[in-house]
Amino acid sequence: MVLTFASVLTNILKMTGFFKSSIGRKVAMALSAFFLMFFLIIHLAVNITSLFSEDLFNELSHFMGTNPLVQFALQPVLIFGVVFHFVMGFVLELKNKKAQGVAYAKNNGAANSTWMSRNMILSGLVILAFIVLHFIDFWFPEINTKYIQGDMSGMHDGGFRYFHEMVEKFHNPVRVGAYIVAFVLLGLHLAHGFTSAFQSMGSTAGRKETLQKLGKAYSIIIPLGFIIIALFHHFNH
Amino acid sequence: MNLTLKIWRQKDSNAKGQMVDYKVTDISEHMSFLEMMDVLNEQLVNSGEEPVAFDHDCREGICGMCSMYINGEAHGPDRGVTTCQLHMRMFNDGDTITIEPFRAAAFPVIKDLVVDRTAFERIQQAGGYISVNTSGNTQDANAIPISKHAADEAMDAATCIGCGACVATCKNSSAMLFVGAKVSQYALLPQGQVEAVDRVQNMVAQMDLEGFGNCTNTGACEVECPKGISLDNIARMNRELMKAAIK
Ligand code: HEM
Ligand code: SF4
Ligand code: FES
Repeated sequence: MVLTFASVLTNILKMTGFFKSSIGRKVAMALSAFFLMFFLIIHLAVNITSLFSEDLFNELSHFMGTNPLVQFALQPVLIFGVVFHFVMGFVLELKNKKAQGVAYAKNNGAANSTWMSRNMILSGLVILAFIVLHFIDFWFPEINTKYIQGDMSGMHDGGFRYFHEMVEKFHNPVRVGAYIVAFVLLGLHLAHGFTSAFQSMGSTAGRKETLQKLGKAYSIIIPLGFIIIALFHHFNH
Repeated sequence: MNLTLKIWRQKDSNAKGQMVDYKVTDISEHMSFLEMMDVLNEQLVNSGEEPVAFDHDCREGICGMCSMYINGEAHGPDRGVTTCQLHMRMFNDGDTITIEPFRAAAFPVIKDLVVDRTAFERIQQAGGYISVNTSGNTQDANAIPISKHAADEAMDAATCIGCGACVATCKNSSAMLFVGAKVSQYALLPQGQVEAVDRVQNMVAQMDLEGFGNCTNTGACEVECPKGISLDNIARMNRELMKAAIK
């Protein structure tokens, strides 16, 4: 008993050592990225219903917004995942800047790597700016209505409020424009990130054709889906 | 052909360096890049100037000593070659060629184009070996069965010559292709298993200690590596480290 406890403890200690190493940090980065990529699928699946069924969208939004499992288990994990991912992204970027030393007078990066792979921090920063905007747009008002004013009904004027609130937001062409720019950058982030995350996890699958195709499809379909939704509601209502 | 060279000159490790322009004439397209540098240095010596210091040894692409960042690429624009194997026919008459030392905080400049790559040696010493007695009682190589596939992959990894082009070309100055290759050449073979856990942990720890950056999988190293070392070796190193963490 004591022995197993001790061995569990040493294992945990060893693991913290692992996550302090350069490779451990990369693995943690990839794990958070996998979670975010999974979340994006769910988010898009919910939002896409708004294209054809106001009721279904409202039902799903209400479920996601009030289900305790989603609200108090998944949501904190998600927020932790996002924060962890970008904080780690900054840490990696700073460490790598320090490792670089004197800059080259002439450097031909395009000869050996893609623009996306060299500019993850740039695309990441745009996504971060978007996330801030997105929180101001949707998340803070939700938290305010539900947990500060205590209105968990999801109703307004005798019907569900979610669909109308969303459509309202997409009236503004500036907001729609900002969303589109952010999603294009998200696509570029994922065009490198999707397969990169497999490599970080020690899998060579990301270097095989199947996953490269899947990565390409994912990095186009997910952002494009969100863009179509924003444009649809902008022009339809 | 006639060329303009823009070369990094730096007196010693403490001096502030700068790019200096030189002209060389009548360069044969059959010369190697280092031979072209020899022509320049002869010219400089004859006119009483300090020749450009650069690393080289075998001049046949096997020792890994020659370096140089040529026109924005490690070992220049050709693929699968070191600078000594780069030929002047890759350039055109009238070209301006930029020549810089390999850059990384862990590769400080010693003089001109010569950088200190002993960080690689310290990483090797941290675990890039197997502890066997080889004095006179060597076992027959065929006594240990090894699959063709594993033998080939281990051999491919072992062709790394430790030149440092992977670090020089990496936007993060990461040494993971080098360390990945050195970890892999043993991880793939039965002889490497005994020290597998310590090896990967110690080599990665030393790599971090030397101040090399974090890989972000841009893949630039694999493209610029003169020996075509595969990114698969980095994935294998990551797996080995994960395995070691739970052992
Ligand atoms: C929903 C949002 C996001 C998703 C789905 C996402 C996805 C990914 C993926 C899949 C990777 C590759 C991981 C790896 O190579 O191991 C990655 C890397 C990266 N992400 Fe994000 N990301 C998101 C948001 C952000 C944000 C907000 C930042 C803020 C700066 C950011 C910064 C970075 C950086 C710097 C890297 C490169 C690190 C590396 O390749 O090792 N990301 N991201
Ligand atoms: S991996 Fe390739 S580029 Fe890096 S040190 Fe070895 S031979 Fe040179
Ligand atoms: S001098 Fe030996 S590899 Fe170029």
